[in-house]
Amino acid sequence: MSALSNVVSKEVTHGEDIVTTVVNAGSLNTRSVNEAIAEESPVIEKTYLEVSHTSIEFPTKKGPFKALDDVNLKIARGEFISLIGHSGCGKSTVLNIIAGLLQATEGGVILEGREVNEPGPDRAVVFQNHSLLPWLTVYQNVELAVKQVFKGKKTRAEMAEWIEHNLELVHMNHALHKRPSEISGGMKQRVGIARALAMQPKVLLMDEPFGALDALTRAHLQDSLMEIQKEIQNTVVMITHDVDEAVLLSDRIVMMTNGPEATIGEILEVGLARPRNRVELADDSEYNHYRSEVLKFLYERQRKPEEKVA
Amino acid sequence: MKTKIINLLETTGFSWSVPMVKLAAGENPREQCQELFSLLGLPIIAAILFLALWGSMAAQVNTSLGQLPGPAQVWQQATTLYDEHIEEREKEVAFYERQELRNAKKLEKNPDAQVKIRPYTGKPTFFDQILTSLLTVFTGFFMATIIAIPIGVACGLSDRLYTAVSPLIQVFKPVSPLAWLPIVTMVVSAVYVTDDPMFEKAFITSAITVMLCSLWPTLINTAVGVASIDRDLINVGRVIRLHWTAQVFRVALPASLPMIFTGLRISLGIGWMVLIAAEMLAQNPGLGKFVWDEFQNGSSNSLGRIMVAVLAIGIIGFILDWMMVTLQKLFSHDPNASIR
Repeated sequence: MSALSNVVSKEVTHGEDIVTTVVNAGSLNTRSVNEAIAEESPVIEKTYLEVSHTSIEFPTKKGPFKALDDVNLKIARGEFISLIGHSGCGKSTVLNIIAGLLQATEGGVILEGREVNEPGPDRAVVFQNHSLLPWLTVYQNVELAVKQVFKGKKTRAEMAEWIEHNLELVHMNHALHKRPSEISGGMKQRVGIARALAMQPKVLLMDEPFGALDALTRAHLQDSLMEIQKEIQNTVVMITHDVDEAVLLSDRIVMMTNGPEATIGEILEVGLARPRNRVELADDSEYNHYRSEVLKFLYERQRKPEEKVA
Repeated sequence: MKTKIINLLETTGFSWSVPMVKLAAGENPREQCQELFSLLGLPIIAAILFLALWGSMAAQVNTSLGQLPGPAQVWQQATTLYDEHIEEREKEVAFYERQELRNAKKLEKNPDAQVKIRPYTGKPTFFDQILTSLLTVFTGFFMATIIAIPIGVACGLSDRLYTAVSPLIQVFKPVSPLAWLPIVTMVVSAVYVTDDPMFEKAFITSAITVMLCSLWPTLINTAVGVASIDRDLINVGRVIRLHWTAQVFRVALPASLPMIFTGLRISLGIGWMVLIAAEMLAQNPGLGKFVWDEFQNGSSNSLGRIMVAVLAIGIIGFILDWMMVTLQKLFSHDPNASIR
């Protein structure tokens, strides 16, 4: 990360292409800087992404199944949001609606004042199972996205640099020319994150990005993600079912009620100062308070019906 | 170095020779010899037993064309066929030499004389017929592939199209080449009318029959392969807004290549089987016609020569399959998949 730290400051955010700066010839970095927004309003107050009165029904053999009912959520620029809830509560559905992969039956999603109803690289998705194309190398996987998104905006050399820069961000520049089958699960997920970051999205959507990994690899990747977040201040919506992960990473935790007709139950603001250190936080009373809040919601107020019987 | 050679041998299907490489590299000789015995020795013993059994059984059967040939007689016929081939080639060379000489003399007398160059018209040898058969089967297989893969991809991408086309596929798939052949023959005769035909009608009839029969496995495998692509891979394409052609060529096709190659392998196998029957009836000068002609010929050598053809058909079929397996392994994304 050291290569970057002298380049990107706090004001550097993803956004409209107002000013494109190239700082430090050593690590060429073309990132749009929107100083006006960053200076005038503290990042947290402005609504950047809004999920507005969103409901969705799926047709089934027994008639329509209402998975989500009136979901409302306002997210500020640069905010890190976790969606947590029991399995089957429609977390992924919310994410897929934001991504545009699913169409809401009622309501919709507004990003920067514009309604979105189809998928696009401004809302990059990190899928649970990495979803790298197995016949392409690590580099080519990121390249496929970069070529598509920056067609006509970057020169060939700039694209190459941008691809390598993003893979460096996730510490994968040692395996540029390996295929997904030749690297570990954690590494694949890193590449998946790099591919999403390389699209320079307005919102980064992560669908249980670390769910399929072992605990140690997961912790490692969470630390990496926090480092990256410190640098580029992305707006992130992440699905998780890991309470510690949610508290450690998020600015706000959105807790969902059980389906059908799932909706947002409670929203918890996590006021822990950054940078956050998992070892120090383990004994921190504030951290444990947030943790128990989420646990109480999940296991007392929203206990799964079948668990009640058992 | 050693591992590279071993990997190459294993992908190309020569895993029986791996112990030899290991022996040469100085690994435990005892272990490697045992391995070699089980990989190479056992098949050889089985083949010897088979030949012995064949020899003793064949001697018991008397047909109107004489005794059923054993391995020795078949071997003899194989060498005869080879000699005939060499002889025919020599005749051909001699023919062209004579012709050139004649033409040169003609030109010497009168520099303005019109010289004719006639092609040699000797009868095709066994090896010429093998080449004709291979050309025919690959033509049919190639036509089948360019038809089956696009339709398969379309069916895989659209459930509706698949539902629409599925009954047709199911009905035409089990039809025997012998049933297609008369129709194909008549259609080719009616449609392919030129004064200067580039291809023989029999060749086209046989190739189309091969195509009609070898179309289906590739089509079905492609459709299933494309339909069962991981949804997330498709979604990746949607998120980066790939154009639908890019979605097909850069995501759907590569993702289903392993399945497509499985289909192609079955198709080529079926094509080769169908070809022999088609050639017999269409009189395309290939292996099928060879077998038929020998049968009609009815000399005491005929059964032996047919047996040579049977073995040649088998060995070529084996080689074709081996080629396809090697391709299949090269295009498989999963290095741990076992392909047999």
